[in-house]
This record gives sequence, structure tokens and C-alpha cells, in this order.
Amino acid sequence: MSTPFYVSPQQAMADRAEYARKGIARGRSLVVMQYADGIVFVGENPSRALHKFSEIYDRIGFAAAGKYNEYENLRIGGVRYADLRGYTYDRDDVTARGLANVYAQTLGTIFSSAGEKPYEVELVVAEVGSSPEGDQIYRLPHDGSIVDEHGSVAVGGNAEQIGSFLDQRHRDGMSLAEALKLAVQALSRDTNGSEREIPAERLEVAVLDRTRPQSRKFKRIVGRQLARLLAAREPATAPTDAVGDEAEGPEGSEE
Amino acid sequence: MEANTRSTGRLPAAFLTPGSSSFMDFLAEHSPELLPGRRTLPAVQGAIEVPHGTTIVATTFPGGVVLAGDRRATMGNMIAQRDIEKVFPADEYSAVGIAGTAGLAVEMVKLFQLELEHFEKVEGTQLSLEGKANRLSTMIRSNLGMAMQGLAVVPLFAGWDVDREKGRIFSYDVTGGRSEEQGYAATGSGSLFARGSMKKLYREDLTEQQAVTLVVQALYDAADDDSATGGPDVARRIYPIVTVITEDGFRRLTEAEASDVSRAVLERRMDRPDGPRAELL
Repeated sequence: MSTPFYVSPQQAMADRAEYARKGIARGRSLVVMQYADGIVFVGENPSRALHKFSEIYDRIGFAAAGKYNEYENLRIGGVRYADLRGYTYDRDDVTARGLANVYAQTLGTIFSSAGEKPYEVELVVAEVGSSPEGDQIYRLPHDGSIVDEHGSVAVGGNAEQIGSFLDQRHRDGMSLAEALKLAVQALSRDTNGSEREIPAERLEVAVLDRTRPQSRKFKRIVGRQLARLLAAREPATAPTDAVGDEAEGPEGSEE
Repeated sequence: MEANTRSTGRLPAAFLTPGSSSFMDFLAEHSPELLPGRRTLPAVQGAIEVPHGTTIVATTFPGGVVLAGDRRATMGNMIAQRDIEKVFPADEYSAVGIAGTAGLAVEMVKLFQLELEHFEKVEGTQLSLEGKANRLSTMIRSNLGMAMQGLAVVPLFAGWDVDREKGRIFSYDVTGGRSEEQGYAATGSGSLFARGSMKKLYREDLTEQQAVTLVVQALYDAADDDSATGGPDVARRIYPIVTVITEDGFRRLTEAEASDVSRAVLERRMDRPDGPRAELL
């Protein structure tokens, strides 16, 4: 048996990180952003069935960029974690912080165990509070670190550029239409600075809306409602353009 | 059993195993001790006294279905609770009302609600109404051991069938046997009297408001002849729980609405204690 080449631990970790980052960069970017009535998720997604955003629990939403099979697995794990915790204790005892911790441990353990392939995913776990101050957004990069984000966050291939674009323009108390437009504007900027148009049917949009009367605050925005919000001319005078329940059910209906 | 108490803190393998969209299957795999049906009961002599829920009634009308229940729980000849809630939303388009051992029934409903929600979150779509009714059937069957020892749970399940666009009612027996009921149904100790009452009052062209009145009348008749069923308690402002499910989803009548219907029924019973009179021929 031949002696394996020596690879320094630093080098090994750097290689794994680069492998994961490259995988994530192949996926399209997405944006998670606070607005007056909650948190909005916006991403470019040509598929109507394979979602990047989904509901984890009453007030908790999930967004992911990277490899579909890997983040889908983590998403279902998160749903099972949240439901089990809510069943064992109480619905109020399921928090984004707890979930983000479990995700971080999972990603971190896999990232640093030499035997396993690092996950090529970057996650966002968001929880809507009863007021904007209570909103929480956690970004979880591939290596298991947690970043507590405020205002807006972008993940995926072009995240850095989109993130800085958003940081300059996002402000507290934006209406949903304003936030949505800013997000689309940010997503449609290419790496080389040129802009392209993303048609409404390629957009996946969901919100955690604190004004929803149901206890489950997650809702997809599709079809006519999305078109109406995108077409809204000017920053609405009232910051609250409530998300009407045009599409029934927390999951919304595909049109 | 809690995810983050494992040594590494990462999600255990059972959480990340793809496959089932059922929360009960996941529980069976990961923490079977949490499943209600897995408990063994010590052998006991005779029946043990625990609170029992009593009468649940349901009726369909064009455009939806109404499910209602009285508020009494009894323990032997005692009233265990005056204001127990026995009708719950199962999800956006269905509701379940429970008769039988209250503690077990409430636990069953909690798990049933979670089962539907879990499926919806994992799959991105809702179960069909038949699918939901079958899930409930499985849960009742898993309680058979308890039922044999006197701790039965017998629910009534009602919902709006999104595909067929109509309200439907399913009744169960203790072994989990499921049957769809046409028009109206009742379960629990007062169900005999409630069913008799509804048989005479039901017609196919009820409006929503009439259907609500009908179930309140039926509960009144049940309370009239069954000591374990509670009638409207005007002094304490405890009225039956009435829920309506239409294509707009589940809605529970507010206390004011329930009080209005109950008081109207009560008002008419002052003149005619036996309630409305049906045609002889």
C-alpha cells in the first residue's frame, strides 16, 4: 500500500470550502427581506413545483440556494424537527433560533467530517415576530456558521453583489410592493453589471405575513396577486398592502 | 427524542431520511413512545372513571357542512366539565368532533391535526378528504386496545371536499370502521335523540343559517333526554360550539352568534318545550 500524500488540515478545509462554494454558486440567488408587515422571500425559479422557499412552522420560513436534493432533505428534516418539538412541548416553543442551531450543527458536522461530502447549500431561516423588532433572519452558509442578519440578505451565486446593492437601498417599513420591486431589481443585475428582465412567471415569491389571521403565517404569492404587486406604480401611500387571501390555503394554489 | 440532545447536535438520520410524508410514520420510526397506540394498559377490574365527552352532531347543506358539539364532559354520574371543547378544526377544510374518553380524544385530535399539516408542508399539497378520513380511521384503530378496556374514542369527521365541491360527513366505530353519512349524523351518548331530532327536521335545501339552527335543535333534544349532554347554559353563557365548513374554509361561530341561535331556540321552546313539530303525513 502506498503512503498517501500529506495534505495540511488548512488545505483540506480550504478545498472543501471551495468545493461547496462552487456548488452553491451554480444555483440562482435569492433574497430574503423584511418589510412593514413581515418577511418576503424572492427568487428566480423557473419551476412551479420545486420550491426554494417553504413553510417550516407557524412563523418560520425556509429558503435555500444550492443543490436541490440536499436542501430538500434539510427542509424535510426541519419540518420534522419543528413538528416533533411542537408536539412534545407547545407550538410556541418552536423557534427559528433553535432550528437554525440544529441546521448549523448538521451542516458543520458534515463539513468537518472528512468522510462525508460537504453540503453544497446555503440556507436562510426566518421567523416573523408580532412586530418588526421581533423578526429574525438567520443565514447558514455551507460550513455550519450562523449569521444573524437584519433588513435584507441574499444567498446563492451572486450573493455578495446583490447583498451590497440591497444594503444600500433597503430601509425599514417598506411596503410589500416596494420590497418586492427592490428584490427583483437586485436579482436582475448580472455579475457584469448589465440588467436583464425576469418575467413574473419565473419568480417565486412567498411571505411570512404577521397580519394573517391564521396562526400559520406563511403564504405563497402567485398569479394575479403577484402581477398586481409587481405592477403597483408607485410606493403605495399606506405601507400596509395586506396580502389578500386570493389563493386559499397556507400553501396557496398554483395557477 | 429531542433532536439537539444527541451527542453531535446534528439532525439524527431519521430526520433526513427521505420517503414518508406522514408524521405518524416518522414518530413510529424515531420516537415510538410518543405514539398513542403503543401504550400498554395494566389489567384493571371494571371500568375506570375518567371524563367522557358526549354528543356531536353534523349536517350537510348545499354549499357546506356544519359540525357542532355540546359542552359537557361527564365522569360517571358527575359533570366533570361544563365548558369542554369537543369540536376542532382538523385543517383549513375539515373539522373533527369527538365523543368518548376526553383525554385520549384530545390527544388523538392533536396528532391528527399535525398529521394533516405535516403532510401539507412536506408535499406542498393537501390530502384528499377521503385520505384525511382514512388517516383518522387508522388512528382510531390503533386505540382499539384501550377501547376494549372502556377508553373508546369515537369521532365524527366533516369537511369540504375540494374536488367534488360538497360537504361530507364521516362517522366511525371503535374499531376504526368508517362510513360516509348522507345528510346528517351524530355520535356520543346523546346521539340517539339527536339523530331522531335531525331525522324530522332535516331537508335537502337548508341554508347555512337553517343548518346551524338544526344542529342546535338536535343538541337541545339530546340534552333534553340524555343526562350526559349539556344544554345551552344561559346563566354561565356556555353555548354549543358550532363550526361551519364551506369552500371558504373552516369557520367557528363566534360566541355572540352561537348565543343568538341558542337563545332563539330557547325562546321558541318556552312555548313548545318539545321543539318544532313535523308534518304527520
